[in-house]
Amino acid sequence: MRVTFPHMGTMSFAMQAILENLRLEVVPPPPITNRTLMLGAKYSPECVCLPFKVNIGNFIEAIELGADTVVMGGGIGPCRFGYYAELQQEILHDLGMRVNMIVLEPPQGANGGLWSSISKLSVGQSLWHVAAASYFAWHLCKGLDGVLQSLDLMRARETVPGSCDRIWNAAQKSIGQARTYRALRMAEKEIRQELSTLSLHLHKRPLRIGLVGEIYMLLEPKVNLHLAERLGYLGVEVHRSMSVSDWVARHLVPNPRARMHTRKVHEAARPYLRGFVGGHGLETIGESVLFAEGGIDGIIQVLPLTCMPEIVAQSLLPSISQRYGVPIITLVLDEHAGEAGLQTRLEAFVDMVGARKVHRGGGVSCAK
Amino acid sequence: MIVGVPRALLYYVYYPLWRRFFAELEVGCILSPPTNEAIMNAGARAVVDEACAPVKIAMGHVLALAPEVDYVLVPRFVSVEPRTYICPKLMGLPDMIRQSGQKMPPLLAPDIDMSKGYLGLARALMETSRCLEKGLWSTVRSFHHSLAEMRRIKHKLIAGLTPEEAFHGTNRRRKPGRRLRIAVLGHPYNVYDPLLSMNIVERLRAEGIDVITAEMLPLEHISLGLSQLRKKLFWSLSKMVLGAGLYFVNHAAEVDGIILLSSFGCGLESLVADLLERHARRQEFPFMQLTVDEHSGEAGLITRLEAFVETVEGRINNARNLSPHGDHELRHAGNP
Repeated sequence: MRVTFPHMGTMSFAMQAILENLRLEVVPPPPITNRTLMLGAKYSPECVCLPFKVNIGNFIEAIELGADTVVMGGGIGPCRFGYYAELQQEILHDLGMRVNMIVLEPPQGANGGLWSSISKLSVGQSLWHVAAASYFAWHLCKGLDGVLQSLDLMRARETVPGSCDRIWNAAQKSIGQARTYRALRMAEKEIRQELSTLSLHLHKRPLRIGLVGEIYMLLEPKVNLHLAERLGYLGVEVHRSMSVSDWVARHLVPNPRARMHTRKVHEAARPYLRGFVGGHGLETIGESVLFAEGGIDGIIQVLPLTCMPEIVAQSLLPSISQRYGVPIITLVLDEHAGEAGLQTRLEAFVDMVGARKVHRGGGVSCAK
Repeated sequence: MIVGVPRALLYYVYYPLWRRFFAELEVGCILSPPTNEAIMNAGARAVVDEACAPVKIAMGHVLALAPEVDYVLVPRFVSVEPRTYICPKLMGLPDMIRQSGQKMPPLLAPDIDMSKGYLGLARALMETSRCLEKGLWSTVRSFHHSLAEMRRIKHKLIAGLTPEEAFHGTNRRRKPGRRLRIAVLGHPYNVYDPLLSMNIVERLRAEGIDVITAEMLPLEHISLGLSQLRKKLFWSLSKMVLGAGLYFVNHAAEVDGIILLSSFGCGLESLVADLLERHARRQEFPFMQLTVDEHSGEAGLITRLEAFVETVEGRINNARNLSPHGDHELRHAGNP
């Protein structure tokens, strides 16, 4: 069994760690490139959202490298993601690719639930072993997300351009490839060391911008055209509303602090959106309100074209913008998104946010 | 007190229920006019560009009703059966309307959420009774009576009437055309909206074609179609479309071809249409998907309809080798 999985930010490292610790032969999909997007767009339905297309691209490229089993997420909800795997199986089947798809359904979900799919993956391993592997992967993911979060804040202040990216590359190699707690601790210590010795403009007070939106577009840098890095190089401190480990803490493990945060987000969203609308629409609204109350300088919402929950959120964001006087821009991306267009819009937005900050209370309107 | 009902979205499913409900409660109820250019344009201006055409049209209807009524009925449809959902945009619609910055009366927007069981309906009824200042008991009784209305209407639909015909008058089914029998599938607010669908049902009927839609099928047939799926579908609107589609594909004697009418940017349809098309291709069943939005032109639609009808007819009359979906080379390779 040669197993592969779709990319999604730091989730890929965690997934690889789980599968390798279960002593499976893992074929990670090659890094996302234009070819991945092209393959995905070619074989997917025209109007489906971008994550679906990137998944298809990942699967095809991994199958070309010899993968014969795909691990994919499932679920039940208003968002399309829950039915991704069903159609993806049909597409791969119609392409003549003989591949077995193992869908991780939530415990109360369809098709026999989570346990049957896990037992297909953990042949000859105890359930205890599976739990241990997952727990380790969570730690690995938390480590990587921590580094990513620090870098999002530090990139605006770095004195040598590119030094943050260098640390991130090192972290991917050391933390991302750790397979034991000992190796993970060593790698984390090393990266922390590097972070603390990074030379920074400490006197600088950069602009602060919050990123909200659809989880895949927020977390997969290749697909959001390195949004966080771009903002960093424009001298902006980036605050992401979500990371992979946050998501796991909020949904999969009973973590009281994460549950508290979720409740706070829902409370904050309440005046604008009465209830959940699938995906992360409610979170987008709630996090934007929390950002605005925390005095952030600007908010960027990013979503894939035709994303249903985020379109609902998008139509409510102007009210938040008006109420708190915070500029909000929406970026809709798909496989045709061009880097130059994105860069221009970001530069214009950051300039506008900067000008507003200088003339605090001054004339630059945040209305459309 | 007067409640306005927008002639949009789930009006095409639940209007008889609402009408009877308000009549029993002795609350005045007026309906917006059939969709026209002015309504659509007003709606499109008031919602974000990314929203789908049906949502823009719904917004237009709400705006058209706004000056004349005390309440506008825009239920927050989350789920109408356990572990099944409607559509994120419909779930967010009342909030989208409230935050659109337009001047309008308060919304009558009960949460209709039965995803965790039918008891969810109780909350919706309580909210409605509070809003309309009616007693809870009379609200529940009226609702109970109006459910009977839904069953009566379903019989009319199964007899081959479109929802508009069934809701407003005509009891007698017109003589079905003899030329062909074609299924027109899609979300009811796409298929029956006169402007968005460009009257596709009437157009086909005028050509002597007997049209059947998902709403005209008994529910058993829908679930028979759905039983082919590995994973249970969890969107109510898509269940109708895909269930009917798969039923027809596997009971080829029922209809001669399927037309799927979807609106641009519809999230559910993007998956379901592709799934249905794959099944149709495997069975070599004639299938065409039409995507419409507020910019669609009539000429393009007519051309495609004519071409489809001729292909289906041609396949029946003489040439089984006419491709059911446009894959020329494949078919010719098999038929020298």
